[in-house]
Amino acid sequence: MKLELRNITKKFGTLVANDNISLVLKPGEIHSLLGENGAGKSTLMNVLYGLLQPDSGEILLDDKAVKFNGPGDAMAAGIGMVHQHFMLIPVFTVAENVVLGHEPTSKLGALDVGAARKLVLEISDRFGFQIDPDAKIQDLPVGAQQRVEIIKALARNAKILVLDEPTAVLTPQETDELMEIMRGLAKSGTSIIFITHKLREVQQVADSITVIRQGKVVASPSPKASASELASLMVGREVDLDVKRKPAKLGGESLVIQDLTVLDDRNHQMVDGVSFKVQDGEVLAIAGVQGNGQTELAEAILGIRKVHSGSIVVSNKDVTKSTVREVLEAGLGYIPEDRKKDGLVGDFSIAENLMLDGSFTKPFAKGIQIDFPKRDEIAEDLIERFDIRTPSAETLAKQLSGGNQQKVVVARELGRDLKVLVASQPTRGVDVGSIEFIHEQIIAARDAGKAVLIISTELDEVLALADRIAVMYRGKIVGIVDAKTSREKLGKMMAGIAA
Amino acid sequence: MSKIEVTPGMFSQVELKPSLKASIVMAVAGLIVLLGFGVFGKPGDITYVWSDKREFVQLPSYVVNSMLFCTIIGVILLALAGLAFMLNRRSKVTPMWLIIIFGFLAIMALLGWLATGASQGVQMVFILSNTLVLAIPLILGGMAGIMSERVGVVNIAIEGQLLTGAFVSSVVGTTTGNLYIGMIAAMIAAGLLSMILASLAIKYLVDQVIIGVLLNVLVIGVTNFLHSAWVDKDRQHLNFPGTFDKIAIPFLSDIPVVGQVLFNNRITVYLMFIIVPVLWYVLFKTKLGLRARSVGEHPLAADTVGINVAKTRFWWVTIGGMIAGLGGAALTIGNVGSFGREMSGGQGFIALAVVILGRWQPIYVMLSALLFGFTIILRVWANQVSPGVPFDFIVMVPYLVTLVAVAGFAGKVRAPAASGQPYVKG
Amino acid sequence: MKKNKDVAVKESSSESVLKEIMSGDPVRISLSILLGFIIGAIFMVVFDSGVVKSWSNFGADPNYALSSVWWTIQDGYGALFSGSIYNLNADNFIDGIRPLTETLRFAAPLVMAGLGVALTFRVGLFNIGATGQIMVGLAGATFVSTRMELPPVIHMLLATVVAVLCASVWGIIVGILKARFGAHEVIVTIMLNYVAASLFTYFLREPSLLLEANGGGTPKSDRPADTAMLGSLLGPEFKLHYGLIFAVLAVVGYWWLMERSTFGFRFRMVGHNASAARAAGIKVENTFIWALAISAGFAGLAAANQALSIQGGLTTSIEAGIGFDAITVALLGGSRAGGVAMAGLLFGAFKAGASSMQVAGVSPEVLGVVKALIVLFIAAPPIIRAIYRLPKPGPKMIDVMKKTAKVAK
Repeated sequence: MKLELRNITKKFGTLVANDNISLVLKPGEIHSLLGENGAGKSTLMNVLYGLLQPDSGEILLDDKAVKFNGPGDAMAAGIGMVHQHFMLIPVFTVAENVVLGHEPTSKLGALDVGAARKLVLEISDRFGFQIDPDAKIQDLPVGAQQRVEIIKALARNAKILVLDEPTAVLTPQETDELMEIMRGLAKSGTSIIFITHKLREVQQVADSITVIRQGKVVASPSPKASASELASLMVGREVDLDVKRKPAKLGGESLVIQDLTVLDDRNHQMVDGVSFKVQDGEVLAIAGVQGNGQTELAEAILGIRKVHSGSIVVSNKDVTKSTVREVLEAGLGYIPEDRKKDGLVGDFSIAENLMLDGSFTKPFAKGIQIDFPKRDEIAEDLIERFDIRTPSAETLAKQLSGGNQQKVVVARELGRDLKVLVASQPTRGVDVGSIEFIHEQIIAARDAGKAVLIISTELDEVLALADRIAVMYRGKIVGIVDAKTSREKLGKMMAGIAA
Repeated sequence: MSKIEVTPGMFSQVELKPSLKASIVMAVAGLIVLLGFGVFGKPGDITYVWSDKREFVQLPSYVVNSMLFCTIIGVILLALAGLAFMLNRRSKVTPMWLIIIFGFLAIMALLGWLATGASQGVQMVFILSNTLVLAIPLILGGMAGIMSERVGVVNIAIEGQLLTGAFVSSVVGTTTGNLYIGMIAAMIAAGLLSMILASLAIKYLVDQVIIGVLLNVLVIGVTNFLHSAWVDKDRQHLNFPGTFDKIAIPFLSDIPVVGQVLFNNRITVYLMFIIVPVLWYVLFKTKLGLRARSVGEHPLAADTVGINVAKTRFWWVTIGGMIAGLGGAALTIGNVGSFGREMSGGQGFIALAVVILGRWQPIYVMLSALLFGFTIILRVWANQVSPGVPFDFIVMVPYLVTLVAVAGFAGKVRAPAASGQPYVKG
Repeated sequence: MKKNKDVAVKESSSESVLKEIMSGDPVRISLSILLGFIIGAIFMVVFDSGVVKSWSNFGADPNYALSSVWWTIQDGYGALFSGSIYNLNADNFIDGIRPLTETLRFAAPLVMAGLGVALTFRVGLFNIGATGQIMVGLAGATFVSTRMELPPVIHMLLATVVAVLCASVWGIIVGILKARFGAHEVIVTIMLNYVAASLFTYFLREPSLLLEANGGGTPKSDRPADTAMLGSLLGPEFKLHYGLIFAVLAVVGYWWLMERSTFGFRFRMVGHNASAARAAGIKVENTFIWALAISAGFAGLAAANQALSIQGGLTTSIEAGIGFDAITVALLGGSRAGGVAMAGLLFGAFKAGASSMQVAGVSPEVLGVVKALIVLFIAAPPIIRAIYRLPKPGPKMIDVMKKTAKVAK
């Protein structure tokens, strides 16, 4: 089926998410939609899928204009979507998830479980997915859940499949399998829109490419274009990800992790016997695909997640069993991976957010009262030093842009006397200008002799910041290597193949 | 290069000791029965009276020695607690049948202990049939709770829905002279009240708990006012509906005990017999139920497969409210015969607890509601057979059971994931 | 780096200012209160037999029908005014002002219990357990006031402290069940209210605890010793007692605790974002327990106020719905010290005015409707906006920020 999007515009208030976007998808082709986080890719696809209504522009299927009032219409027209965050119900079985919304029924309106099971097995066998229709989603690994999503789309006879950032949660190996599946689907006549910001994957499978930046189509380069060419189209200028810095001046070992094992909320062993040391004056980066235990590792170091076994020492103090407050007082600074959840209180002012972890002691507390003049003084100083763009220190944190919110977190953590900095995904969802600024601040902290641990799923960020790189895979450290290690080798390590 | 070794168990679930709270509570209860009612119990005989004098088939009364009987039951209860303990150790949730058997035996021991030596004995038919009638508002309120929580709307307004149903059924039943019209009017009125809850919660995203509490306050205020300013001034013509006639089902009602308890009742009871299994069937066996549950678990996912989240929520909450309205009617024209100020007396809140105790499952919720119905009648009965017993403490039991349940089972049994979460598109 | 103060959000067209005010709180609250009273008036009129009769003869005497509507409303709300603020028919100032002191007397426990509920709201908990906490507090205060002999003032203070401690224990149970076992506080508080009610009845029935000396079958306590009573504040002409001072102190204390102290800062942090609080080194579970303990302490103050000001003995009805009203008071007051005080005064006025409405032949229950409507309108802004056709709040700041940030680049 041929799909054409013509002059789609979508605004949210004053923000133009999609500005006059047009693209054509030919039958049986894999069309890659390339762009940074926040470029407007997901909005465009939500428009295509009927979840959002465009302010102007039209959608054409086989040259006929169509209007989708909801996902139901889009699906009926043969469009299937695999969302970045899976749209599966964890407590339902695979079969129930696949038939949800178009359930086969027998008499009395009863659900025909047999027919649902057959449908899943039939599609699963056709593409070699090996999915058990009676398994509960919550018990399946991520890769299998994604295949359930694809089955879900195919079960509705999707002729056009939209994959939204499908590889974000996959290992390189699972990614390769997905690429195979995509090629197989395309060969059997399904058209695919493949949304991503990862250049290598685009080069691997795309038949055609559309690049989006700040809501606009900026180019439709050939699939043979080089990675650097695609990158500069995507970000719109030469990106200087290599932060300038002096060679590391190493000091004592301020963060020592020994045989650490950590469980997640469902008692899965997410960190499995991990050991490493970070010296003062160096950056150790933990690389790896999302969901390989990095989150749990960071949480265990801070003390918000219980350590199952092993030990954590922060500047010569054993903090394995310590409370968060004790860990912070031992000199640890922490930038969480999800600032909205763990880093900020949206309804607090910037000044209040800058004293979030300082309410127990001086300078913010005077006895059991808050020292308001001191608080405001410090806030003004940090806003200045960390270039937080805000009308005033009393502005609520939720009213700031993502980059400025992250700067508030960075300012708070680096604004006090630290020995160790642990930063998880320090620049996720942050604009390019703020990325550079935050990277500079992290390197400045390193140069000032602090031990820095970066946890990032972005290989570019890891390569830009790290002195040494530890790769994590399924809860274990595959190896700790030099920062000059090649991408290929790091990629293999991220798939669990040790050097 | 070598592939990293993957040991079994790594990155997979680690066995931790499961919670033993349920079995510990059961053991404590078993010990109370064994020691308190049995070994150190009251000497004397218990008479379990199975038949009413009016009944067609008369069963002989069953007389046992109180201490011996309670001791035996105490031992059985401890054995059941032990079984639960073993299951818990194998990280299994305590099964519902075990809890039901346990509860039944414990209640028999309690009744026996209370009635030891009393001349009238344990009047099973009286206790059971009153339990059922008194539990109807709780059961139907609980169904309303299930219907809204399963689609992701927390319904604190059950109390208000019951009270609305009670008031409207009484007034409309009296003025029209037809109790069936009164009953239907009660359902419609409570349904309308639910629509307010539903639209404020779904469309306008007002906090569901707050809205629920305030609707209760509103209904209490309005019914109190109407009662004192209007209805009470002319009780004969406005608030004197009487009750539905009892309908004895031919043959079935002649079965000893069971027949009198289950098949000689008012229409409100029979409607409950239909509503509970039908709701169970719809919820777990039909596509309507699958869709409703998907909306309550993951509304965005439901939306992306073309299910209208707002509409589903709206209608389930509304129909749930109508069922609660029927429960309110059961208070007046199904039992007492007229409306009294704030006569729901917090039963809507108990219905909330019953929903949790019954794990959001209609059949279990019904059983939990029966437990509460039982304590209401127990309060009356215990005072007759055994004055001097501090029955204030016995009255507390179901509330304590609920506390243990919400504290003990937390983590194992979970509410629908999106319960209380408003859903915003886009 | 240059500081960018010039990206300040400035969209000060007169229209957006108007929008801000119209959707802002003071206007909305006044409109809610007004609308509540209007609907209350409709209730009064429609269910007044005199009015109904006059309207059935509307054709014969339309003037009478219309004026009967007016008179009913005037009777009702006039009685409310003269029963709660100033009695215009009084012969002297003392009798005239007495209603206002009655309003203050009724408001005091509502304010104290309301502050307790408000505190938990700000920590993100929906605590509807004030009823149970008050009952436990009543039992504690009454035990001290009837079973102990102490010098004046000290006796009263001890009874108050015991009431606060007893109530706090009840709150701590909720906190522990919530924090350690993950039980939902709404269910827990409802259940504990019932348990407290049963316990309270048991205490009142039990001769060794609270039952009056020559007690019969009804659960009732002795009247508190004179040494334990809250003294009269304005002399024997008025019933107003020192409970009001406690209420004022509670308001000031609450304000200091929530707005100025580091405890309040942490309470609010947990209320807005518990996981960020946890990452900032705050023990969220302990914070819940502390918050519920302090919250219940406020309810205990309300209990002491009730237990140490009654003329006769304590009965099961002494709680008088204060715990439940406290929820609406906290909601109406926006969980802030000043707001709760104002809301408590309004509801206190309703209680004070009820009896004179009864005398005037208007059902005081109509105030229950008014009360519920006011809080409902305030909690659900869309209703008020729809009724008065107010504009929606202006464009979200975040969009404005995004725009200005782009310009700055």
